[in-house]
Amino acid sequence: MSESSLQDVRAVNGGGSWFHRNQIAITPWLFLAPGVLFFIFYVISPIFQSFNVSLYEWDGLGEAEYIGLQNYQDLYWEFVDRDAFFVSLKNNVIWLFLYLLAIPAGLMIALFLNQNVWGIRLYKSLFFFPFVISQVVVGLVFTWFYDPTFGLLNTIIGWVGLGPINVLGDERFVTYGIIAAGLWPQTAYCMILYLTGLNAVDPEQVEAGRLDGARGWKMLWHVIIPQLKPATFIAFVVTIIGALRSFDLISIMTQGGPFGSSRVLAFYMFEVALSEYGFRMGYGAAIAVVLFLIMLCFIAYFLWSMWKEERGAR
Amino acid sequence: MRSILKASIAAFGLAAMTIGGTSASGQALSGDLKIFLDTSNPAPRATMEAVIARFQAEHPDLNIETTVIDREEYKTQIRNFLTANPPDVATWYAANRMRPYVDAGLFEDVSDLWNEPEIAENLASTKGAMTIDGKQWGVPYTYYQWGVYYRKDIYEELGLNEAANWDEFKANCEAILASGRKCFTIGTKFLWTAGGWFDYLNMRTNGFDFHMQLAGGEISWEDDRVKQTFANWRELIDMGGFIDNHQTYSWQEALPFMVNGDAVHYLMGNFSVAPLRDAGLTDDQLDFYQFPVITPGVALSEDAPTDTFHIPANAANKEAAREFLRFVVSAAEQTEINNGNNLGQLPVNAMSSVDDDKFLNEGFAMLSTNSPGGVAQFWDRDAPAEMAKVSMEGFQEFMAKPDNLDRILAKLERARQRIYK
Repeated sequence: MSESSLQDVRAVNGGGSWFHRNQIAITPWLFLAPGVLFFIFYVISPIFQSFNVSLYEWDGLGEAEYIGLQNYQDLYWEFVDRDAFFVSLKNNVIWLFLYLLAIPAGLMIALFLNQNVWGIRLYKSLFFFPFVISQVVVGLVFTWFYDPTFGLLNTIIGWVGLGPINVLGDERFVTYGIIAAGLWPQTAYCMILYLTGLNAVDPEQVEAGRLDGARGWKMLWHVIIPQLKPATFIAFVVTIIGALRSFDLISIMTQGGPFGSSRVLAFYMFEVALSEYGFRMGYGAAIAVVLFLIMLCFIAYFLWSMWKEERGAR
Repeated sequence: MRSILKASIAAFGLAAMTIGGTSASGQALSGDLKIFLDTSNPAPRATMEAVIARFQAEHPDLNIETTVIDREEYKTQIRNFLTANPPDVATWYAANRMRPYVDAGLFEDVSDLWNEPEIAENLASTKGAMTIDGKQWGVPYTYYQWGVYYRKDIYEELGLNEAANWDEFKANCEAILASGRKCFTIGTKFLWTAGGWFDYLNMRTNGFDFHMQLAGGEISWEDDRVKQTFANWRELIDMGGFIDNHQTYSWQEALPFMVNGDAVHYLMGNFSVAPLRDAGLTDDQLDFYQFPVITPGVALSEDAPTDTFHIPANAANKEAAREFLRFVVSAAEQTEINNGNNLGQLPVNAMSSVDDDKFLNEGFAMLSTNSPGGVAQFWDRDAPAEMAKVSMEGFQEFMAKPDNLDRILAKLERARQRIYK
């Protein structure tokens, strides 16, 4: 009785069927399959769909008309004429650079908070607070802060005798005003990343550095920051992504205005294709493709540096 | 007042009985009726729910399901639900604003309703706004006038009179500016308020037909007549007539300037009366007049945006939907839903009565007797969506930076050549 059942088990293990012979090799793929399928369906295929839609003129309702690269040509002319596309692209670049200020600012605050005094946990939470509240609230708070007649900002600069400025109504300041609002939560995010990074700093290396006479900036630059490299990398990644996604703040604070001067590509795409007056799906898709190509540079860089890291670790 | 109320209730009851009689003669309606509404503000929402409740009472076998969607959200969602999951009745706007859905075959042709004498005779005034390609695609349920709302008490204080022509208008403005106030409040953050100014200035400068040709893409934006409109506009801007920083405010955020007496006029739709009254202005302080003549001899024409009901082409219960449309435009319902306690706007049915409200009465008189040039819907409903968007952005830029006019007009002209093809 028991002998026969043992034989059965052996038959199963060494069994004739292809699946049973290759179980070990197949299993990881089976576990990956749901994730891979979703990724292909929801991430990869829409990318190619966007490429495809960008070759058509389509209002999202009726028949799509194939127009080749006409949409890209229009974008090119908008760029040459310094029209909406140029403004959006320019603002995207400004966002990318200025948003990176969140990294040094977050590092400074993290270093400042990385001490043991009474109630430090409370201070840390207070500094982290802006990241917890929704972007919508951040946008509203800053809109009121900047309000030209009732806002706190103008009250404050009024004390030192400077005239009222309408940050969100002036095409020269509006993008910087929104970036400042965006930096508030983003700095908090970078701060938290660095705070956890600072916990992992090796005290012996700090001690050794101190014996060798390093202090102040030298200590920070040559001993602490190199050890924070993983945190810096993550902070860089999330900040770049945050800058490229800078949609919600613009939508809440200015609607892309005044006269379209605070638009970024993501918002322009939404406006052209999906907003109240937007019926140009193909054109929106073409903008999305441009945005994707910009992101692709960063994605390639991130993948490359991660790959280098992996190889170095081996 | 009380007797008027009684009379209108009696009229309503009488009309309701006749309506009950007519629909009883037809067969009883049954099944589901899905209604999507964009009337998300408190008063319109309550009004619509009451209308639907009265309709339900007449058709007890009908299973009515109402969905109210936020008014701004609705404008983007309509594309999805018309194609994917259409209701039986949906709200929308008249004129060119319905063209994308008509062209895509998503709205039902309801010309048959417009052939019925009840509607053909009583709704004739709005027929044009509901017509595309010679067919009617829905029915209106309310409309409202636009005009110059102003602070009567400040006018009296400064000894001013309602302006009848452009020179008086500017002279009034000078006097107001001299008293340390601003002439006009406006909030252009959401752009369309600037579209209202352009509508009036262009219609008064060049006339209704020219305005419609411009909206239809037949006239160059760099035409001298268009430039004349902007030159007139510029006179008010250079004078400092508009409040500062208007590009930062929504239309609601611009109301306090008027309430506090920092600005004296508001070129707006009649829906601004309710929030102004709520903010404490009495009818002695608040008044209304028609936008003055600019070019003598140009027939006066007005903006009167119309809100509408439509049947999606893919609706399931079109028979019940048609009955609902008939019900909403009936004289009694029109009197009821547009009265001061409900929408506070103008009824579309010629047989219904306008509520006894000074603004509604003046507006109704203005539209029915003193608008010989024609009645426009509104810039963003008369012009195609894309053109409306680009041009209203240009208007906003012009109001903030009038020196950029040539660049703005060149941009609009490029847009025109692309959009109308």
